[in-house]
Amino acid sequence: MSDKKYAVEVNDLVVEFKTDEGIVHALNGMDLKVENGKTLGLVGETGAGKTTTALSILRLIPSPPGKIVGGQIKLAGEDLFSKTEDEMRKIRGKAVSMIFQDPMTSLNPVLTVEEQIAEVIELHEDINHAGAIQKAKEMLELVGIPGERGTEFPHQFSGGMKQRVVIAIALACNPTLLIADEPTTALDVTIQAQVLDMMRGLRDKYGTSMIMITHDLGIVAEICDTVAIVYGGRVVEYGTLEDVYNNTRHPYTEGLFNSLPNLDDRAAKLKPIRGLMPDPTNLPEGCTFCDRCDYATEICKTVKPKRVYRNEEHYVECHLYDEESVKTGGKIGK
Amino acid sequence: MSEVLLDVKGLKKYFTTKRGLLHAVDDVTFTIEKGKTLGVVGESGCGKSTTGRAILRLHEPTGGQVLFEGQDVAKLNATELRHKRKEMQIIFQDPFSSLNPRKTVSQTIEEPLKLHKLIPDKQKRLEKVLETMETVGLAERYINTYPHELDGGRRQRIGIARALALDPKFIVCDEPVSALDVSIQAQILNLMNEIQEQRGLTYMFITHDLSVVNHFSDDIAVMYLGKLIEKAPSEVLFANPVHPYTQALLSAIPLPKLGARKERILLKGEITSPINPAPVCRFANRCQYATDRCRSEEPQLKEIETGHFVSCFLCE
Repeated sequence: MSDKKYAVEVNDLVVEFKTDEGIVHALNGMDLKVENGKTLGLVGETGAGKTTTALSILRLIPSPPGKIVGGQIKLAGEDLFSKTEDEMRKIRGKAVSMIFQDPMTSLNPVLTVEEQIAEVIELHEDINHAGAIQKAKEMLELVGIPGERGTEFPHQFSGGMKQRVVIAIALACNPTLLIADEPTTALDVTIQAQVLDMMRGLRDKYGTSMIMITHDLGIVAEICDTVAIVYGGRVVEYGTLEDVYNNTRHPYTEGLFNSLPNLDDRAAKLKPIRGLMPDPTNLPEGCTFCDRCDYATEICKTVKPKRVYRNEEHYVECHLYDEESVKTGGKIGK
Repeated sequence: MSEVLLDVKGLKKYFTTKRGLLHAVDDVTFTIEKGKTLGVVGESGCGKSTTGRAILRLHEPTGGQVLFEGQDVAKLNATELRHKRKEMQIIFQDPFSSLNPRKTVSQTIEEPLKLHKLIPDKQKRLEKVLETMETVGLAERYINTYPHELDGGRRQRIGIARALALDPKFIVCDEPVSALDVSIQAQILNLMNEIQEQRGLTYMFITHDLSVVNHFSDDIAVMYLGKLIEKAPSEVLFANPVHPYTQALLSAIPLPKLGARKERILLKGEITSPINPAPVCRFANRCQYATDRCRSEEPQLKEIETGHFVSCFLCE
């Protein structure tokens, strides 16, 4: 196990936001790791802490009101929190870059797209402006946009093409870790298929490690190697795709699968997870999911569940399991 | 043969833009039977929302007929239309921007009742509001809250309650669950299903999410650039898609299952402009089967088997 190299490791990260209504506990002991060249899917509902995790890795949590209270992030083995702001600036866009969710708003409307791509390149590489523009055009070609369109402005592009431009910016300096925050949510399915296909191709070509933030389990099945199910600022289940999809353990993961319409069986009634996400200013004392869980017992309300491993990788945080029953599956998945 | 509630014939909606006439909806024809759901799918800009709005005359149709129980909605005058709107309502996509932030839950749901002067008595109106809130699963304690105090799922329930308050026969649902998380999405879809069963409502369900539409609809219509290109009962469409675009669309759905990866048809190129389109097949430049005929002639909608309509030269 120890011979594996990780592009990023997040250990027990705690992030809080101070607001007028109280302290928002955005992350409560977030753990994740991405092996070099692999893709991790980060899945959860709005407010689960997916984007906060991503911003923490870039150290872009707005502070105040946000505050990293505890934990550790290691980027290629180096502690990220000991870096100075100058060093961070060199990391962002170079070692780690991020594709933001909404391509419509994450581009600058008054700069041509090649200028926007060149900006990153000039910042991180020893290259003059003309050279950077040239490289920007190459990046555009790489994501399937003719280089001569680089002189156009974002509004002249369609949604799918804007997202490609954003991807081109993120990949311009060949990052070792790419964080994609719902990169295809704003796109149509056929365009989404194109973009995912392209990202898969580029990842394989350059061996980029990726964190794919999404709420779409279909996308995860397609592009990820491992998957972390996030709820209430913690990973509640983690494993390889095979582990999580075919040997689902956590009731929340099961609920997510049951909420999806089944293409093969139209008559199957959807089984939504009842209730809503807990208020992050006032999280339950025990398991954060207990109010919505059909399997919840008394202990769930008061005691935080411990992590139980099904195999070396696959773990779940739920009182339903002990060392033995987690292997067989117990009540879930039948 | 069940009763046809809505019969849309040759519906057109053009918008005038600086660069020319934008054909948002171009000669669309379909029917919806009473108590059934028609799902309308397509990519952004294909005219699915505009179709829904043109039926309700939220957009004035440029041409064509919208027969609602045999009466042409497109020909009604303002007063008649207002009366008709009691029977046809809409649920909007974004529960964040489609509610008035300065109105409480009860004021929002009450508004259509006041507008149509249906229940003059204030107390009775309040009872109706409470009854509607109960139908959509909103607890009574939210009656005086404002939209910003509520989450997306509850806000969408207000949107549904507002549409239901007038006891309509027909509701256009314009992407009602797209803005919601999957677990909440399933709650809302189940709710809409239950209400339909209880009241015998007819839905036109507009969405870009194909798994949702398959789950929810009796018939599915696929639109591409203002044209209806294929319409069939849901199971038929998913089992046997005929139009190359429908095939590509269905193959592009990411499935939440391992090893389920099918042969994917990747579409090349971008959508052609809907401004002053030439009278040819609008999908031709992205279609792998396109022939010269597709680039010089426009295919018409044909019934290839009972209830299955396709507009493509391939199936001739």
